[in-house]
Amino acid sequence: MDIKPIEPGAKELRDMYYFMRLGRAIEERLELEYKGGKLPGAIYLGRGQEAIEVGASYALEQGDVLAPAHRDMISQLPRGLTAREVFTNHYARANSLTRGKGEANYQGDLKRGLFATVSMLPDFYPVATGAALAFKLRGEKRVAMPLCGEGATSRGDFHESLNIASVLNLPVVFVVINNGFAYSTPPYKEMKLSDVAERAHAYAIPGVVVDGNNIIECYLEVKKAVERARDGGGPTLLEAKTLRMRGHAGHDAAKYMSKELVEEWAQKDPIERFEKHLTNQGLLDETGIKDMTGRVTQEVAEALKFAEESPYPEGQEAVTDVYRQ
Amino acid sequence: MSTANKPKETSYVEAISQALWEELERDPSVFMLGEDIGDYGGAFKVTEGFLDKFGPERIIEMPIAEEGFIGMAVGAALMGMRPIVEVQYADFISCGWDQIVNVAAKMHYRTRDAVPMVIRGPSGGGLRAGPFHSQSPEGWFAHVPGLKVIVPGTVHDAKGLLKAAIRDDNPVLYFEHKYLYRRIKEVLPEEEYVCHIGAAKVQREGSDLTIVTYGAMVQTALQAAEKAQASGVSVEIVDLRTVFPIDKETVLNSVAKTSKAIMLYEDTRTLGIGAEVSAIIAEEGFEYLDGPIIRVSAPDAPVPFSPPLEDYFIPQVDDVIAAIDRLSAY
Repeated sequence: MDIKPIEPGAKELRDMYYFMRLGRAIEERLELEYKGGKLPGAIYLGRGQEAIEVGASYALEQGDVLAPAHRDMISQLPRGLTAREVFTNHYARANSLTRGKGEANYQGDLKRGLFATVSMLPDFYPVATGAALAFKLRGEKRVAMPLCGEGATSRGDFHESLNIASVLNLPVVFVVINNGFAYSTPPYKEMKLSDVAERAHAYAIPGVVVDGNNIIECYLEVKKAVERARDGGGPTLLEAKTLRMRGHAGHDAAKYMSKELVEEWAQKDPIERFEKHLTNQGLLDETGIKDMTGRVTQEVAEALKFAEESPYPEGQEAVTDVYRQ
Repeated sequence: MSTANKPKETSYVEAISQALWEELERDPSVFMLGEDIGDYGGAFKVTEGFLDKFGPERIIEMPIAEEGFIGMAVGAALMGMRPIVEVQYADFISCGWDQIVNVAAKMHYRTRDAVPMVIRGPSGGGLRAGPFHSQSPEGWFAHVPGLKVIVPGTVHDAKGLLKAAIRDDNPVLYFEHKYLYRRIKEVLPEEEYVCHIGAAKVQREGSDLTIVTYGAMVQTALQAAEKAQASGVSVEIVDLRTVFPIDKETVLNSVAKTSKAIMLYEDTRTLGIGAEVSAIIAEEGFEYLDGPIIRVSAPDAPVPFSPPLEDYFIPQVDDVIAAIDRLSAY
């Protein structure tokens, strides 16, 4: 069954551009704050991954669910996560989505179809598979999409999820963001395969490789897989090839990444590529780029100020909400 | 007297089947995941006939992938279903450890989302089943905030607590004792009932000393109490029923009455449930005590296979009697 992709229109393209720019602006600010010692905890940046983060997430419909991993804050923006929510959570404030109980990007909101990740990866592969099972049992045309990196595909639950989703023909789109390193470990030390997507063949499901820095390709291929899943066609494993342009976390200077490698991928920057595309389409010009810079800079500044002025939780909140009463 | 008029007795394993059956009938969001639970009816026949009645969409057979399907239960629960996972032997729950302690247990704390799921399976020893089919995993999980842990010791509680677990909005681990499956029977109430999670029960009243226990050891304690009665010692038995949360009040009230306490548990000794209850009594009931708190438990070793080894390992009635004698001297 081949589903014809739905080409994104001008509105969709502009939306996606905004989310990529907002994501990068938030992360640049987080990096500054982290280096200035202003954050209580860690940062996990997805710089360089904006195309797949936004493209995959934007391909979902309302009612679908997304299970991002620790690095995937940017994927949450198209589903309604705000800059304020990113900063209040990083700043561990009482009014954050986790009320100071979960770190960094570990927030979620089921009303917006966003799962709150944990550090063990890919724990949300089975969880999203279970969400898809619930959709199927209730006859709902909804799709679940977990994200993980190539590193997590070595784990057993990655394979258990693909296998069971295949056996039960569940509406899941498994997205692997192959960003070149599992912390410091390159893929050749983790697997003999050159494409993670080849793992799909073991489970008799489609395996798709996309250019993770090309947002149009990311969006169209994910959309195809999403609609296929929605129509009862079962799961897909989709691998987006990209490079994580920062270390694993804020403290990691990533000396294991060669200058040449980083330079090579800087040339493929997903935002600059998309800007060229939009300019060629007549949807963007120099003024438009500048205006967007102004818009996201202001949004980030406002959100940061809001977080800094927000109160911390009271100490005794440490013991609330352990159980649903 | 004609046997036809005798009220029907239900076994422990039948009580578990009944609870599952009734909850599946009552609530369409309840469904089951597990290995061999369909056509085969489960390794211990707990779900015999379920597939015919409820169909493959609610009795879902799983490949050998415990971490995968325990994680799936978390996801389905977050989407508003009430999954019940059967682990074929409770020992295999270790394969799903990460999903239970990191995802399920910590979800509500972080997001205030309910995770209404039950993981149940046959635990405990006495069946010569060796180190991987005989463990008592309740202590591992009682130490994880966010989980509730149930170990029923009677037929009545096996049914009533399982129904409570299925209706609870938190992740609940329910360890049924396989030694009791077909060994104990009771006449159950005809009307529907649900037990309260977190309430201990005095299974036998007494005045000279208290045994705090749970699971299959309730039966061992009852036998020991009968023997002790013959030699003039009146034993009270507090069955915890849920090992987390622990019902401190019932424990402390009993110790206030008897002034002596024995902790009896089949799990290994160090940091077991009885060790925690000992600490509670020492901290909050110190002035009630006339003697030391004594633990009667399995030793710190894996569960062995050979009959003399396993009989040495699992606390026996005589071990309890020895502890009663020792404590009675105070």
